[in-house]
Amino acid sequence: MTVSTTRQQAWLHRFALLTALGTLGLVGLGGLVTSHGVGMAVPDWPTSYGYNMFALPVSLWLTGGIFHEHTHRLWASLVGILVVVLTRWLGGKKAQLPLLVIGLVEILAGIGLLRLGADWKGAGHFLAGIGGVVCLVGMVWLRNAAAPGRLPTLGWIAFGLVQLQGLLGGLRVVLDAGDLAGIRLGTLLGIFHGCLGQLFLALVAVIAFMTGRWWSQPPERITSLQARPWFVTATVLVFVQLLIGATMRHQHAGLSIPDFPLAYGALWPDMSATAVAEYNLKRIEVTAANPITGFQIGLQMTHRLLALLLLATVALCVGMSRDRGLRRLAKFWLGLILVQAALGAWTIWSNKAADVATAHVVVGALSFVTGVLGCLIYFRRRVRDEAPGPAGKSTSDLTRSVAA
Amino acid sequence: MKLNRTLAAVGSLAIALQMATAGNITGKVTLSGTPPPEKDITPLKDDAQCGKLHPGPVPKTQFFVVGPNHELADVVVVLQGDSLKGKSTGATAAPAELDQIGCIYTPQILAVQTGQKIHVKNSDPVMHNVHTTPTAPGNKEENRAQLAGGPDLTFVIPQPEDFLRFKCDVHPWMFAWVTVVDHPYFAVTGKDGTFTIKDVPPGKYKLVAYHRKAALKGIAKDVEVTADGAKVDFVAEVK
Ligand SMILES: [Cu+2]
Repeated sequence: MTVSTTRQQAWLHRFALLTALGTLGLVGLGGLVTSHGVGMAVPDWPTSYGYNMFALPVSLWLTGGIFHEHTHRLWASLVGILVVVLTRWLGGKKAQLPLLVIGLVEILAGIGLLRLGADWKGAGHFLAGIGGVVCLVGMVWLRNAAAPGRLPTLGWIAFGLVQLQGLLGGLRVVLDAGDLAGIRLGTLLGIFHGCLGQLFLALVAVIAFMTGRWWSQPPERITSLQARPWFVTATVLVFVQLLIGATMRHQHAGLSIPDFPLAYGALWPDMSATAVAEYNLKRIEVTAANPITGFQIGLQMTHRLLALLLLATVALCVGMSRDRGLRRLAKFWLGLILVQAALGAWTIWSNKAADVATAHVVVGALSFVTGVLGCLIYFRRRVRDEAPGPAGKSTSDLTRSVAA
Repeated sequence: MKLNRTLAAVGSLAIALQMATAGNITGKVTLSGTPPPEKDITPLKDDAQCGKLHPGPVPKTQFFVVGPNHELADVVVVLQGDSLKGKSTGATAAPAELDQIGCIYTPQILAVQTGQKIHVKNSDPVMHNVHTTPTAPGNKEENRAQLAGGPDLTFVIPQPEDFLRFKCDVHPWMFAWVTVVDHPYFAVTGKDGTFTIKDVPPGKYKLVAYHRKAALKGIAKDVEVTADGAKVDFVAEVK
């Protein structure tokens, strides 16, 4: 390994880290939009009040919830650009041609949309704009080698996901009033958009991790796989919690249970129709004036119970981890989960204050990333320990490059 | 032809007679029990532009507007009866008005007829976005931006609906609730809890009082209207 490739790798790692941090910020901003209930503050997309999104007058941008929604859109564009660059960097020179082709296709499709008429003008400009960025990145004439292992593929997945995620975010606005099987499309797409955002963050974090020195030169061998199933279980549980959380948040109905640790003053709340009607009459809504339902109360109770289960599972991860590094990771994770539980309680006690609820989303995202990285480490080790030598494809070239 | 004319004359005579014998329904709504305390609209205070419009204390929610003797305002009182269905005069009625002042809807409770124009004003130096979220079939969801100093927006709701929600997506605490009735016989109680429904044709009806929190599904009373009108009081209850 030459000095220059080492240095290049270090920069790639830093850039991937920057992208991951940018994505975490984006998740936070998206969380703020939903916490404030201002997902529709800018009712059009990809234009903003008819303006090209980069040309929205500052006075409008600073008006009420437009600030959160529009900042989320601008930040998302930035993350989009970072991801395209990352894809090119990970894929090496080989990524150039596909990027150029995809970019050109997007530009042409954008121009095609412009010809469909005034209704499609915004969408046309948007697609052509994305295509332009992709093309520009594709034109970068660096003869860098592709990143090792599966990293280029992961880059391409991120490339696809970031565009899908942008589209979902836009559709959540444009199709807000629509209806699918009795569920408002704004709610449904909002949930998808929120969960895909979490998955995307985990993917970018994995990329950042795999470009780092720890991955190519692990400081220690893993000797015990005892904690592995618990890591997997806990990670799945965290994701289920994220799903439930997103479903609760996108109802825009405020707190379905206003007290904690009890629920409507009982260990288990009455969820009958008459009781729910009573709760709704007694609520004094400041924002989010949608009625609550028995389903939502059940959902929050599930969220609470799963939190307990999750806490126990992550504690098991700490107890079962034999290797120092992983044990430290599990302890860090347990700390996160405890903070997360406290933030959950605080969300209720603060009557769902927007900043507290958003912190709950961000720490939830960090918990998920931690779980995914822990699983990644455990599963990579298995390949190496059970089949020593140049086995497992994804790691063998890395190991070889380390040896060289 | 002649017969037709005679019939028409009899018809108009009947209408004139009915007008002459029509009476007003009056009454008062009071609240029994202690309502939950109203909440500060903190996000309004935290908003840079809207907060400035309220230099005094933080504005509060206004679910229970109750007078010193338990008089309950913002109760929508609607007459119900088969003979009233589809008698809307909304198309020719004077427009109703909904204003946005200090990033709060005024009034927050409004009642209009189907087909009646609702003029939404923006008295604020701030942009709003008027978003209706109806639930009755036939009423379409609308979402329109209104710049500071922009012209009034006009909304017309074709189908009856109780407490149709108007909201602002830019300022998520802004709500107004508009009840839409398919005839002109309804009223909203004032600060003194009283209401008057004018010129009701004599007959037997049901009178129903709706309140967003104290009587969402309505309190119904039988009423017989004569030339002298009728008087009906309601007591809404909070537990
Ligand atoms: Cu507003």
